[in-house]
Amino acid sequence: MRVALFVTCVNDTLFPGTGKAVVRLLERLGCTVDFPMEQTCCGQMHFNTGYRADALPLARRFVTAFGGHDAVVVPSGSCAAMVREWYPSLGVTPPGGVFELSEFLVDVLGVTDVGAYFPHTVTYHPTCHSLRSLKVGSRPLDLLSAVRGLTLVPLGGAEECCGFGGTFSLKNTAVSAAMCADKVRGVLDTGAEVLCAADNSCLMHIGGALSRQRTGVRVMHLAEILASTEEDPS
Amino acid sequence: MSSRDQILARVRSALADVPRTEDPEDFPVPRDYERTRSGPDVVELLVDRLVDYKATVHEAPEVAAAVAEALVRHGARRIAAPSGIPAEWLGEAEAVRDDPPLRPAELDALDGVVTGCAVVIAETGTIVLDAGPDQGRRALTLVPDYHLCVVRRDQIVRTVPEALERLDPARPLTWISGPSATSDIELNRVEGVHGPRTLEVLITGEIASTG
Amino acid sequence: MSGTFVGMPAFPEASSSAVSDAQLRHNLRKATHTIRAKRAAVVGEQPDWAALREAGAAVKDRTLRHLDVYLERLEAAVVAAGGQVHWAGDAEEANRIVVDLVKATGETEVVKVKSMATQEIDLNAALASAGIRAYETDLAELIVQLGDDWPSHILVPAIHRNRSEIREIFLKHMASWGRPAPADLKDDPRALAEAARLHLRERFLSARVGISGANFAVAETGTLVVLESEGNGRMCLTLPETLISVVGIEKLVPTWADLEVFMQLLPRSSTGERMNPYTSMWTGATEGQTFHLVLLDNGRTSVLSDEVGRQALRCIRCSACLNVCPVYERAGGHSYGSVYPGPIGAILTPQLRGLVGPLEESLPYASTLCGACYEVCPVAINIPEVLLDLRSKVVARGHRGERLAMGAARRVLDSPRWLSLAQRSAGRLRRWTPRRLPGPLSAWSDTRDVPVPPKQSFRDWWAER
Repeated sequence: MRVALFVTCVNDTLFPGTGKAVVRLLERLGCTVDFPMEQTCCGQMHFNTGYRADALPLARRFVTAFGGHDAVVVPSGSCAAMVREWYPSLGVTPPGGVFELSEFLVDVLGVTDVGAYFPHTVTYHPTCHSLRSLKVGSRPLDLLSAVRGLTLVPLGGAEECCGFGGTFSLKNTAVSAAMCADKVRGVLDTGAEVLCAADNSCLMHIGGALSRQRTGVRVMHLAEILASTEEDPS
Repeated sequence: MSSRDQILARVRSALADVPRTEDPEDFPVPRDYERTRSGPDVVELLVDRLVDYKATVHEAPEVAAAVAEALVRHGARRIAAPSGIPAEWLGEAEAVRDDPPLRPAELDALDGVVTGCAVVIAETGTIVLDAGPDQGRRALTLVPDYHLCVVRRDQIVRTVPEALERLDPARPLTWISGPSATSDIELNRVEGVHGPRTLEVLITGEIASTG
Repeated sequence: MSGTFVGMPAFPEASSSAVSDAQLRHNLRKATHTIRAKRAAVVGEQPDWAALREAGAAVKDRTLRHLDVYLERLEAAVVAAGGQVHWAGDAEEANRIVVDLVKATGETEVVKVKSMATQEIDLNAALASAGIRAYETDLAELIVQLGDDWPSHILVPAIHRNRSEIREIFLKHMASWGRPAPADLKDDPRALAEAARLHLRERFLSARVGISGANFAVAETGTLVVLESEGNGRMCLTLPETLISVVGIEKLVPTWADLEVFMQLLPRSSTGERMNPYTSMWTGATEGQTFHLVLLDNGRTSVLSDEVGRQALRCIRCSACLNVCPVYERAGGHSYGSVYPGPIGAILTPQLRGLVGPLEESLPYASTLCGACYEVCPVAINIPEVLLDLRSKVVARGHRGERLAMGAARRVLDSPRWLSLAQRSAGRLRRWTPRRLPGPLSAWSDTRDVPVPPKQSFRDWWAER
């Protein structure tokens, strides 16, 4: 099937590896991936900070870029939630068929075993927008559980926000850092080598602290683990 | 313009978006919740819930004997007794009547109070008093430290909606779920603050009220 | 609103100092996690919770959309049942009404059952300046009053205090308010509750005037409802000869039968119990009492006028949103600069007061938009939606520096060509990515490493592919 990738501005600019992993994964599963070059940003940062007039052209751009596609896959829970949940409040009708990655794999392609191999201990942070706006439920965990070689360890206080919150991390830095510190402690308590999530903005935040504290714990986007195979490890 | 009229005018202007033709009942309220449900026997459920909230419960085939026995067990000798509670229920204990109305300090000096009730909610372990003749004024069940309440089986309903159907809002109502308690210290529940610190419930099949 | 909080710093500053208070962090974490688990358990055992929540939201919406009709119904029903109804446009008017009513009884002392409305209007201060001493009787309120402290939680105003701090406060201050605490007082919660019982007993038995709020006011019947735990509410509502209830105009529900929804939603959401120990319901003048109902606006009609923000008036003050909020847990209640802390405070305070200053403007940003509050709200207030709406109102008022930065970011992001140019220059300069970022961005790099931009953006990789 044909699917359009909305890579998101954060992944495009800072984490291209995630976008490449999505392409590799979807092609392995038999999809043809399109990347409309007109895409940029969903407008979430502007919208969430209160700049609706600035978010509006970005939302319109998204609709123009992806309007003609039956299925759009987004490797970010918060960007998918922005499009599906909040575009209507900007007076923009979101295109149908916008899926967060795990939703697309499980609901559209109907797979939980994507044929991945990743011989590491992994813990999963569900991220708030995937959990509460999109309600992706156990989909990411089902996908990870089917990965050969992977040991999934539960994260204590998993459902608690990591404290990123976009501009919250700058405006309320003390509280943000305190929330992050608790999340980091939860991650370290699992003994996992890798912290996985389906949103790189949260991972940038938690990962930034994990790396600052020289914990040795890596952060990886769900797509990168699912793309990993014995022949071509991530 | 009075404050009343000003506030009402502000309310009306705040609601300019509500169509003038809309009646309150036009706005839909979905009521898909359950009015009752199946489950364990209500008496069994009630006992479980009362015990969970630290009330003492007995099933009593014979009311008068059970009340008298409970009072003896509790060492309660002077008991506030609403007019509908027969003196013979109290056995050796003295029935102190609320006529003329007892002053708070007088109530405070009593060993306890015996009442019936209006409705009991099994799911939540809640006894509802409506100041009927076997329950008396609200103060009677508040100031004494020990409350013995006689519940008839036919007064027990399963759910909150069933209870409200049976209650009359024109009467003063007191809902009691276990002895007085607080969660104000570290959000842990501790029983026993200002209301009766002991709540004892007798469940009986008999007619509890003669008044 | 309350004079207590006048001059509070904006949320970021206030919360920074709270975050560094280890004792406070510990107390809040322990308390909020305890209540969270209790709530989850009793909500989980209610099979029709989602339907109750939907009904609760709809009943409140119906009430709010026709509030004028219901207020007039309530007034008529209360008057018909022998009560007297007063209307207060703002805090000052409400305080004046209550002070005059108390003065008319000739009393100089009143007992109070915890009420958010009377905290909001700072009634105790108004009574004090009229020579009337108000005794708070709820245990947590007593702790706050004795400690000359501020409330920090809707349900448990002294949640920021642990048992040993409470013991200290009782030992130190009870004597100046009445019966002193026993000298050998332990910090066991049971002993502390017993000390409060003894301290307040005489006060209750001799009180002539009681002051309360109400959780619900039934328009159809004129019935007022107060939920509580300790029995102090029953004492204040039952024993005094005169009862004055100060009730916000949003507390109405249309019918008696509507209570069947809220008597299920509120206790489980609030104290995490199937039912709270005591609930009092009374209609008009009861058992020979004189009864006054004071209906309070104090900003509620301006909240009502906002079609998005209006849903905040559905609030039944359960505090479930505070208990699950990760920001509240770290920032504590005082940081919100109002008697309404936590997520509900972040949307209620700026609406009740207006976006009048830095504190009010900072509150809509006191959230990561994680949505935990919306999920637990028993009347489905979409708190993130209202926060976002308020943020758009805040930025419309100025904030030039941020607006310029946001505008510049938008211009880059609204052009694939400019975005690509920006990505390429970041890629070229990647070796010089600073460990510490300048200006407002330093807030990031103080505790987190800065991501190093890749050599090649995704779009450039794709184009080459």
